[in-house]
Amino acid sequence: MSIPLPLAHSPKTAFRIALYEGTGADPIPQPLRGEIITALLAKGYPVSVIKPNRPSGPIVAGTLVVLGLFHEDKPMEADSTEGVKVYFRSLKNLNATEMLAVVESTRTMAEVPERKAWKPWFPVIDYDRCTNCMQCLSFCLFDVYAVKDGKINVQNNSKCKTDCPACSRVCPEVAILFPKYRHGPINGDVVSDDDLRRENMKVDISSLLGGDIYAALRDRNAKFKSRFNKERDADKALEERQKCLVKLGQLLDIPAELMAGLPTQQQIEAKASAAMAASSE
Amino acid sequence: MKQPLRVLYCHCTYAKVVPDATKLAVLQGLSESDIPFEAVPDLCEMSAKQDPCLQQLVGDGNLRIAACYPRAVKWLFHAVGVTLPESVQVLNMRIDTPESILTALKTEPTE
Repeated sequence: MSIPLPLAHSPKTAFRIALYEGTGADPIPQPLRGEIITALLAKGYPVSVIKPNRPSGPIVAGTLVVLGLFHEDKPMEADSTEGVKVYFRSLKNLNATEMLAVVESTRTMAEVPERKAWKPWFPVIDYDRCTNCMQCLSFCLFDVYAVKDGKINVQNNSKCKTDCPACSRVCPEVAILFPKYRHGPINGDVVSDDDLRRENMKVDISSLLGGDIYAALRDRNAKFKSRFNKERDADKALEERQKCLVKLGQLLDIPAELMAGLPTQQQIEAKASAAMAASSE
Repeated sequence: MKQPLRVLYCHCTYAKVVPDATKLAVLQGLSESDIPFEAVPDLCEMSAKQDPCLQQLVGDGNLRIAACYPRAVKWLFHAVGVTLPESVQVLNMRIDTPESILTALKTEPTE
């Protein structure tokens, strides 16, 4: 008897699980079903739960492992019509831990590399709000942003510094999200009037500092250098510089290690110009 | 013709921003129901890796998503070139109760 498997089209290394409870298989009793799904998700495996007489959503997969309490013996493996490798594994007499071991050994057999746990930290642009001002591109030290067809976009999200939301802090339109961030509106929460007022305040603070924060920092650095030359007190100068950077870091919620490498205003302007020029070539 | 309901659940595996109690209660509720569903470890990860599955999951738009803030979910899909249809309902496990989310997930579409 054939099992109506979902379609699969994706990279060869994709590895997905179907928990099959459709025709030709018994329902998986609770709480085992829940334990299995939770254990698979914790290991980073997507799971499709397939029920009798209910269409399932499509699965995109290079390798699909079908788990179930099958009425009849299934072939251990088969190629689907989409050229995807399909493995059948019986759940009979297995608990969640044993099931996970079966899945892992199947993954090894299929020569699919183990998934590395990675906190997906990267900016997401809300184009309903973005005005293409390029401040994010200018500010980011890691070339996460680029210009494509004259429009800012996130090009190198793997270069983003985990837990650094600094570019969203400098965005004057509250258009940059980090969905894993703790607080709104950066986490995707609705942008309120208060949020917009805060953004305006940031601009005001920047103005009070003499036009832009970088310029203020540079001036401070120059003064510290001068003081260093006069007083020859390296420790004191470094301490004061540190205080200044900590203050700015707190204002923008920037990790301390990033503060050390802030670009100059000239570097910022050059970077945005170069990106725009490259995009229009 | 009435389209079957489809459900996408995001476990937000790699961060602690969705309360464990909420996501586990929603997952348990789905597991105990007769609704077929897609459970993914992390929508952010799929978006970051440009997973083509996201396009497939949206399908005809008759989809409910249990994840986080709708604005975040909308632009995570957009980042891989997928526009979420207006008909897609996003339920927010960061602030809503598991009960209200499960009620919304289990309600059959009317048309």
